[in-house]
Amino acid sequence: MRGSFRRILGAVALSLTLGLASAALPQEADGVEDQAAPAEQIVLGLSQAEVAITTNFNGSEILVYGAVKREQAIPEGPPLEVIITVAGPSRPVMVRRKERRFGIWVNTDAVEVDQAPSFYAVATSAPLNDILKRIEDLRYKISIPRAIRSVGAPMTISDSASFTDALIRIRSGSNLYQVVENGVVVDEQTLFRAAIRLPAALTEGDYVTRIFLTRGGEVVAQHSTSIDVRKVGLERWLFTLSRENALIYGLMSLAIAIAAGWGASAVFSLLRR
Amino acid sequence: MQIYLPIAEVSVNAFLLLGLGGMVGVLSGMFGVGGGFLMTPLLFFIGIPPAVAVATEANQIVASSFSGVLAHFKRKTVDLRMGTVLLIGGLIGAALGVAVFNYLKAQGQVDLLVKLSYVVFLGIIGALMFVESLNAIRKTRKGGRAGKRKKHNWIHGLPFKMRFRVSGLYISVIPPVLVGITVGILAAIMGVGGGFIMVPAMIYLLGMPTKVVVGTSLFQIIFVTAFTTMLHATTNYTVDIVLAVLLLVGGVIGAQIGTRIGVKMQAEQLRILLALLVLGVCGKLALDLLLQPAELYTLGTGGDH
Repeated sequence: MRGSFRRILGAVALSLTLGLASAALPQEADGVEDQAAPAEQIVLGLSQAEVAITTNFNGSEILVYGAVKREQAIPEGPPLEVIITVAGPSRPVMVRRKERRFGIWVNTDAVEVDQAPSFYAVATSAPLNDILKRIEDLRYKISIPRAIRSVGAPMTISDSASFTDALIRIRSGSNLYQVVENGVVVDEQTLFRAAIRLPAALTEGDYVTRIFLTRGGEVVAQHSTSIDVRKVGLERWLFTLSRENALIYGLMSLAIAIAAGWGASAVFSLLRR
Repeated sequence: MQIYLPIAEVSVNAFLLLGLGGMVGVLSGMFGVGGGFLMTPLLFFIGIPPAVAVATEANQIVASSFSGVLAHFKRKTVDLRMGTVLLIGGLIGAALGVAVFNYLKAQGQVDLLVKLSYVVFLGIIGALMFVESLNAIRKTRKGGRAGKRKKHNWIHGLPFKMRFRVSGLYISVIPPVLVGITVGILAAIMGVGGGFIMVPAMIYLLGMPTKVVVGTSLFQIIFVTAFTTMLHATTNYTVDIVLAVLLLVGGVIGAQIGTRIGVKMQAEQLRILLALLVLGVCGKLALDLLLQPAELYTLGTGGDH
């Protein structure tokens, strides 16, 4: 890990001098910055730009690394901090709460969260509250509660916040939501890297990866790219078949079931002879 | 060995699934129940999304029932005529059950209904069977014959009588059709084959001999669950074929072993074991409803209302 980072460090340093960042690192995402001529820009690399979900897929680790490109010397003042977020596709989620009615626990109140990412990881170079102002969090939607969009709870529910808290608690419990404070290593205010662990239970889609540079709690530069998470091979084929030719898929399932049932019966009657 | 399921979108241990399939398969072969009432809750427990668990379980039941019924065909313990009558009722019931299910889903209380139906039905059936089998065993021990079941009751006064030669019965078709419908409705709501309800109903309501009950019930279950599988595959896209294959490989082997164990055991012992099993599952589900859950909140898919 350390060794490979040294090599990356060397490659980044070399490419920065030559000004040929993308040629030196084939897997590197485009380092184009969307702000107008900022003092500091992000040059980013990913250990993999896509995650293939195969039959034996058991989670994956993505190494996000990069460098800060600047024309002038390192600015005075508060040090550079880095925040990296990875977000899976967002979907509405229904959160239900149980209450005791007539002696048994039943679902009573429910709140629909309009959009919640299926996966969300925040890695930072220092405790999040120290390096990001609240107003910046609101603007860029960085922390987990901000990444979830919840518009309105029904009038009958006064404590709608406890429903979003429950959503975060449940998803954090299965590692779908992660906060890794001090998970980003920053060297010389120039190079940074972080490893993001993707769990096995992944949903397909584009995983938006954002990198924010902050100084004194203000975002000074940001960059975003996406990681393509896709099922491949047999997984892809079965998934597509089940959606596009549901009838054939269903009949195939039944045929396999009947063949297996018949096969076992035949094998066992042979064994008994 | 971890394996990623394409439809369920979770990664699980393949050997765990094979083992679960095998265990439930043995019970299925012994008692002529599809095993869904055990397997479906077990699948929830290992983290398979409920919708996928219910739909895939239907497909797996087709396999284990088919394997089981072949063994019964060889021993000529399937009453095809009775099976067909039950099946007609079962298909009507399944269609009705899906309608009821969708209505309750819109009301947001489908989970509670499923659990309550499990507790109520498993409780009543388990208790009845347990008491009855105990009495029968006690009579046998005293040296007398096993109590002869009542041969004539109100069922024999109904019209549309039909002769069921294999079962040795001459009764009206109305009770079997009603049993079929009831089982079909429950099967669709609870996501199971319904054998655990049908087997006792056939013994106690229709008065069928225990030996033909199991094969006949398996015969009916194959068609009802095949119908349910197709409904789920074409409307909800929730049948996970990889999960089904793993479960049924264990399941069909288990069912073969179970059928052979079942032949060697006495009918009364078989019934008392099934009764205990049913009561056990019922007790577990009842506790879940009565005790305060560790997590009061649950997550579901939004945007579908």
